Amino acid sequence: MTGHNPGDSGWFRHGDPHDAESAATAIRERTAEQPQNWPAEAVRAGFVENENEYYDTLYHATVHATRAAVQARETATERQLQYSIAAMDDAERTANEIAERVAEWAGSLADGRADGDRASDLPGGIDGARAVAAWTPETPAEERVVSLAERAADLDAERAELRSFVESQAPAVAPNLAEMAGPVLAARLLSLAGGLESLAKKPAGTVQVLGAEDALFAHLRGRGPSPKHGAIFTHEHVRGTHPENRGSAARALAGKLAIAARIDHYAGDFRQSVHDDLADRMAVIRAREVGE
Amino acid sequence: MTADLPPGIERRRFDGRERFATRGEPVYGEPQDDAGWRAWDAGRSKLGAVLELGMDPGFDGEDSVLYLGAASGTTVSHVADFAGPTYAVEFAPRPTRDLLGVADSRPNLFPLLKDARAPETYAHVVEAGLDYLVQDVATRGQATVALRNRRFLAPDGRLVAAVKARSEDVLTDPDDVFADVLDELREGYAIVETRRLDRFHDDHLAVVAEPQAGGDP
Ligand SMILES: C[S@@+](CC[C@H](N)C(=O)[O-])C[C@H]1O[C@@H](n2cnc3c(N)ncnc32)[C@H](O)[C@@H]1O
Repeated sequence: MTGHNPGDSGWFRHGDPHDAESAATAIRERTAEQPQNWPAEAVRAGFVENENEYYDTLYHATVHATRAAVQARETATERQLQYSIAAMDDAERTANEIAERVAEWAGSLADGRADGDRASDLPGGIDGARAVAAWTPETPAEERVVSLAERAADLDAERAELRSFVESQAPAVAPNLAEMAGPVLAARLLSLAGGLESLAKKPAGTVQVLGAEDALFAHLRGRGPSPKHGAIFTHEHVRGTHPENRGSAARALAGKLAIAARIDHYAGDFRQSVHDDLADRMAVIRAREVGE
Repeated sequence: MTADLPPGIERRRFDGRERFATRGEPVYGEPQDDAGWRAWDAGRSKLGAVLELGMDPGFDGEDSVLYLGAASGTTVSHVADFAGPTYAVEFAPRPTRDLLGVADSRPNLFPLLKDARAPETYAHVVEAGLDYLVQDVATRGQATVALRNRRFLAPDGRLVAAVKARSEDVLTDPDDVFADVLDELREGYAIVETRRLDRFHDDHLAVVAEPQAGGDP
């Protein structure tokens, strides 16, 4: 009955079922239309002596297969997150660059005209591009600049979409890191480190200067001071702390971020205690007297 | 009014209150007594609520089970404590990590990272002729999931499903949603009993059903 249809055979019929890797691959990748009485079938096929031995083997095989599948799926999601944050940065940088060009160009066209839909002094950046995108072009040159402005506005909208995507995905990949750093900075740190696993293996001092590699190498070559913070500078705990205490704030934050990354990688559950610890530490740092 | 309890499920006292309990490693911070019985929290487990509300799925303690939507293993840990072979399907990787931890001390719990809408991706692992299909997937198409997984049930096996109204449609009245879900379920099951779980879980309907002869959808 079975065995005739290779699509409908049990996981233990593929490769060497007593080899953990091979069994895990069969469990993850094979399919069957209809289930059968696999325990009985496995005994009949001589794969195991009895049903107890079957369930024993099945237990080890499913646990192994599922652990590997979880790992693979998480790595894939992490990679999506890394692409998204890189694309978000690209979109932002490019939108700004185009907006700058638009401002310059449109400014020259708007010179001396303050009629209808166009104000003569354009706001800067993306807002300026959006204002120009709303123009009704009257000359071939205006047509081009309005079209270009539309691209900048669209790219900025895409940046916002990418940002919400990052915000929705980061907590699933690294719940503690995303809570502590905020989803965008969390994604940035993951990306800079090359994934959650490598971030989890970095000492706090490295996490502190991730994203400041240029400054760090300059310092190591004897040019320039040692950087106090890299990407984590954007975090309120660092930026919002008095410059005199920023070094301590960055060290404290980096220390807890390193722990958060380890919890996310090795355990995966949300731990309130690490967040409370950081809040306490920050309160102490900010309570310090500053000279002036 | 209480169910006929199988050997692996007991009513035990915790902090002066009688609760259902099974014996095994604690999983989600539930209290455990000196004899190793862990309280089954009806507020966190829909199957726990089913028992607490006096529905009787008819477990006998040797049951073979396919559990769909195992999440972190809160409920399926209790199932594995009292039942026989317990296959646990979950499709989200993160809770599945926790589920693996729950399986550590439970050699009869077989965790699978699979999509319950695609039973052919695990029919080469999960055996046929099971006693129970327990379902708590809280996702759109709950009836379809139950119908597609009917193939794993023995003719005298049973479906025990928690249906979440809001997963199907947030705007429609839960009663109408449940009526639609039951209608669809009848394509492959005979409904034995239904009960609202609202005392423990808002807008959830528990359904006990038996597979009916007829084409597999
Ligand atoms: C309400 S939770 C289950 C809670 C769990 N039954 C308990 O009591 O411990 C629903 C779970 O179903 C999972 N789920 C939803 N759709 C699924 C599908 N198609 N296949 C497998 N799991 C699914 C979700 O990822 C989620 O973990």
